[in-house]
Amino acid sequence: MALKIVKGSIDRMFDKNLQDLVRGIRNHKEDEAKYISTCIDEIKQELKQDNIAVKANAVCKLTYLQMLGYDVSWAAFNIVEVMSSSKFTYKRIGYLAASQCFHESTDVIMLTTNQIRKDLSSPNQYDTGVALTGLSCFVTPDLARDLANDIMTLMSHTKPYIRKKAVLIMYKVFLKYPESLRPAFPRLKEKLEDPDPGVQSAAVNVICELARRNPKNYLSLAPLFFKLMTSSTNNWVLIKIIKLFGALTPLEPRLGKKLIEPLTNLIHRWEEIPSLKVCHMLISLSSGMPNHSASIQVSLRGPLPINSMFVVLVKYLGLLAMSKILKTHPKSVQSHKDLILQCLDDKDESIRLRALDLLYGMVSKKNLMEIVKKLMLHVDKAEGTTYRDELLTKIIDICSQSNYQYITNFEWYISILVELTRLEGTRHGHLIASQMLDVAIRVKAIRVFAVAQMATLLDNAHLMTGNVQRKGICEVLYAAAWICGEFSEHLENPTQTLEAMLRPKVATLPGHIQAVYVQNAAKLFATVLKSQEGNTDSTAAQETSQLMIERLPLFVQSANLEVQERASCILQLVKYIQKLQQKDVEVAEEVIALFDGELNPVAPKAQKKVPVPEGLDLDAWINEPPSESESEDDQPKAIFAKEETKHSRTRHTEVDEKELAKVSWAEHATQIVYLYSGVYQEAPGVEHIPVVQIDLSVPLKVPGLPMSDQYVKLEEERRQKERVEKKKKDKKKRKEKGGGRRKKRDSGPESEEDITPAHMVDIVTEEMPEDFIISSQVLKVQMSYLCVFRPSRPLADSEKLPVRSHRAAEALKSPAEDGEAEAAASLEPKKKSSKEKREKKKDKEKDRKVRMNSYFLPGNHTLFPLANDLEASFSLSSSSKENDIQGNLQDGSQVVVSVIFENKCDSFLKSMEFNVLDSLNSKLQRPEGSGPHDGLTVPFQLPPGVSNEARFVFTVQSIVMPQKLKGTLTFIVKNEDSSTHEKLDFKLHFTCSSYLITTPCYSDAFAKLLESGDLKCSSVRLEGVSQPFHHLLARICFHHHFSVVERVDSCASMYSRSIQGHHVCLLVKTSGQTVSIDAKCDEPTLLGNVLDEIKQTFSQC
Amino acid sequence: MIKAILIFNNHGKPRLSKFYEHYNEDTEQQIIRETFHLVSKRDENVCNFLEGGMLIGGSDYRLIYRHYATLYFVFCVDSSESELGILDLIQVFVETLDKCFENVCELDLIFHVDKVHNILAEMVMGGMVLETNMNEIITQVDSQNKMEKSETFIFQSTRQDR
Repeated sequence: MALKIVKGSIDRMFDKNLQDLVRGIRNHKEDEAKYISTCIDEIKQELKQDNIAVKANAVCKLTYLQMLGYDVSWAAFNIVEVMSSSKFTYKRIGYLAASQCFHESTDVIMLTTNQIRKDLSSPNQYDTGVALTGLSCFVTPDLARDLANDIMTLMSHTKPYIRKKAVLIMYKVFLKYPESLRPAFPRLKEKLEDPDPGVQSAAVNVICELARRNPKNYLSLAPLFFKLMTSSTNNWVLIKIIKLFGALTPLEPRLGKKLIEPLTNLIHRWEEIPSLKVCHMLISLSSGMPNHSASIQVSLRGPLPINSMFVVLVKYLGLLAMSKILKTHPKSVQSHKDLILQCLDDKDESIRLRALDLLYGMVSKKNLMEIVKKLMLHVDKAEGTTYRDELLTKIIDICSQSNYQYITNFEWYISILVELTRLEGTRHGHLIASQMLDVAIRVKAIRVFAVAQMATLLDNAHLMTGNVQRKGICEVLYAAAWICGEFSEHLENPTQTLEAMLRPKVATLPGHIQAVYVQNAAKLFATVLKSQEGNTDSTAAQETSQLMIERLPLFVQSANLEVQERASCILQLVKYIQKLQQKDVEVAEEVIALFDGELNPVAPKAQKKVPVPEGLDLDAWINEPPSESESEDDQPKAIFAKEETKHSRTRHTEVDEKELAKVSWAEHATQIVYLYSGVYQEAPGVEHIPVVQIDLSVPLKVPGLPMSDQYVKLEEERRQKERVEKKKKDKKKRKEKGGGRRKKRDSGPESEEDITPAHMVDIVTEEMPEDFIISSQVLKVQMSYLCVFRPSRPLADSEKLPVRSHRAAEALKSPAEDGEAEAAASLEPKKKSSKEKREKKKDKEKDRKVRMNSYFLPGNHTLFPLANDLEASFSLSSSSKENDIQGNLQDGSQVVVSVIFENKCDSFLKSMEFNVLDSLNSKLQRPEGSGPHDGLTVPFQLPPGVSNEARFVFTVQSIVMPQKLKGTLTFIVKNEDSSTHEKLDFKLHFTCSSYLITTPCYSDAFAKLLESGDLKCSSVRLEGVSQPFHHLLARICFHHHFSVVERVDSCASMYSRSIQGHHVCLLVKTSGQTVSIDAKCDEPTLLGNVLDEIKQTFSQC
Repeated sequence: MIKAILIFNNHGKPRLSKFYEHYNEDTEQQIIRETFHLVSKRDENVCNFLEGGMLIGGSDYRLIYRHYATLYFVFCVDSSESELGILDLIQVFVETLDKCFENVCELDLIFHVDKVHNILAEMVMGGMVLETNMNEIITQVDSQNKMEKSETFIFQSTRQDR
């Protein structure tokens, strides 16, 4: 009775086989999960039965459930049971289940070893076969070790069916148990010549996989494969062999040559086969033979017919092959540019992606805009974020590659970036943002345009923040806010932008963006204040302060600490300002001083270029640090000191050398460099620290006109114009918005030319090195492109991209300076009522003697305290002044001299007038309408102990001769009881060196220059020079604006350029105390004078 | 190397999944879903290759697929395999199925997934192509089926005995 019940239940359960299960699941669409869980319960019951047939059936069902995503590892033991059944039917079910769900961490696997061994030696070939198949899926290191011998025996089994499986599985065994490779290899090699094609193909397969991992070890098999290639008719084998040779040829170049003939034969043979097969082979060929030009010629035939055949498959493969060829033979692919561009229009995403990859390597200055325009069209059309994101990154990659070398018009690039921000749901907001920042900082000329664009972005910020989907893109606002704040002087309507930045909606942005908003709102506030204080109506300024005070509390409440901190800081500041405003105090100048200073790009490795002064051990502490924490305390101190030098010159003396040295050099050397520039006069001992070097050899990539190298400048300009026209067309098509900005953009061509001299300086100084650096960088980038399929950006970055964080070291700038432009322009009639006697000779009365130092700071560069002393001495009865003259901005014929006036007496100085007696050659630039003898009013007054700076522009005709200009400064000295008119005479000494601009040059360019033969020669000898050679070089660099091109032992070549484009080349040699300088220049007079000056520099020391 | 072979229908229901690398069940399902998503949105007349999804592979891997009536056959392979070769292999696979099931349709695959596995095992072993000759594959599959049948007969007779 009991037996009957059992038997009946077995029968009932047994009836539900795999088909029933599937049917059942299909019938329970509504409650599938529930049905399956009851099935699993049933299966569990079945597995408890002793009957192997029932178990096998259950395992079979489990295998199906596993495919549907159910975990069946709990049945692992039952699976092993089924595997060990003596019946093939069940065994197969067991092995299938095991291959589907066993893996290395399945612990029952170790129970299987003996079972598998038994199966491998089974007389039934299918038992063995099934065991091998199963084992191939779940082989573990242990199994591999234990069974390697058995499998090796099987490799020479009588049945080819077993042989081929055994050969194939050996690869898996090698992977898990590498020690088996050596003993098994001879037999594997033997199988390459097996009479059965299946076994042969398996052996080839295994060796190809092995060779992919380590091709070198398989070179010795090349002859064997050679034979196979010519004899085999199995396409599979041929493809594998060709792939194998692809891995081998790079290691053995001779192979390439040998292969040409059989390969060509193959191609001829295949040409009769249907076209697909031909391409098939050709593709494998091209991917196989990356390294031999002859084979490339063969393989390039592949892509050519392919592209005209319009077979999609083949198109894809053609592109794939091209990308492989591009790595080695970019030229041969570039000729297919049009085809590749066509592929961008393909409706197939795979093909477009391939084509995109190729584009990166194909852009040039000529076609960049065209290509990007095409890509932009695709961005608009693209569906699916993946492809769109891919497009976006590609556009940016293509444009920014090799340091923007292909971009000729940055306005265009900025507008592309702005357009990209309109993309829905892109993940790459931060990428766009960093590009915007990068371009705005490094390309000075673009700032006006960039700021206008960014202001619009800020104004329309709601478009980006509104949608949660667009989260990624709001990163752009980070850049926008920063650019608008930092370059706020270019804003057309700063008040409006300020308002936009303080909208309550901003509080929904991520914290780090809010923080930038707050900080830059403060910068903007300063700018707005300044513009409003100019007006007589002070209410406007007060309203702005009120706006700040109203809006900032929102940020003070922010949950983000950074935002909170900045906001409360600024809020207090604004409140204070408001108080002052109510008392009618003009505060704009001071507020603006908070954010003063120019931001200059410095290459990340620039610091390394600053040579360590002799005898300075960077790692040694000058004052032993008492503890770890103390050393950190030094850091803020140094920063503080830096701030001070920036704002007040009177404090210089406080920054003594010791304090500077406390800062760990290695970390803060940059700051120190800045500091030195500040204390330069006070610390003559460090005078010749070659600060200059920063600029010497570091390519600062701030091109306004990228890549426009001087030799092809004219042509370049012509092209530029064409392009601007083209661009205009583009813009009209693409951009209907932004009409307000149109007029600026349309002035493209003029913006290139009549842009401020500062911009020109950029170009002049950057032109030469940039060109040459880029050419070498291109090489580098291409090289890395070859090695890694996706070009390795980081490598290039680390070499070229600037760090943004350095505040510039126009360290001496004082708050009032900003007013200088207008001030210099305003002119007052000159009053000559000098009372005091003057001595124009160089007799020096110690107390009163004043030295005027002139620093020529070429435009954008951090610091360049170059050159020449304008010696003049005064003796004043009542007041003394220190005048520093700084030359700034230079262009073809203009020199800007910055004069720092310092009031050293106890009286108040006002109504200062600066006048210079013009010579034929040099003239002080005066506003239109004023006579040639009128003086210029200095736009400020000097309370006792205060210093300030004014700038004056001179026009210089010829720069080949040095000259001195006489000048006078008249002013009123006001005491408590009386006021007197006084006058100071001085001389401005324009040396020839001051007309030189440090221009880095590269040795190949330098050599070319010397070979050109249009340079005149001259030389000079200096006797008794005792200083070390590198000091000597540093001095020449420092005082005469040269840069070292190359230095070999005691010999160095140096280069510089005059503001009018004369090349000056020096070859400096030293032996003992004698230094000889051989020089070449295209202007002999200039050269003579420069050499005289160099001689003088060294005679003085 | 072949990393995975997937067969699913037009609605993404898996009909066969064979992974030659271990993933847990959830990941496997995700991979199937993702692959279906990638493949199903493509037009009929575009090329049969696409770059692998996030889960499976990476830049070195490619999905090679073919669409037959209601079924997608997808192979995920690395760069050591020839794309067209695999495409050929899919064709061989389908033709073999057609021979074995006599006019194969989706239902055959639904109800006999174990048989499909057995056929596949004769073509691809542990991610490597074992045999591309259809006749050879069919011969082996047939003789194994014959063996199974004889065993089942014995088994059934024993069962009747009981």
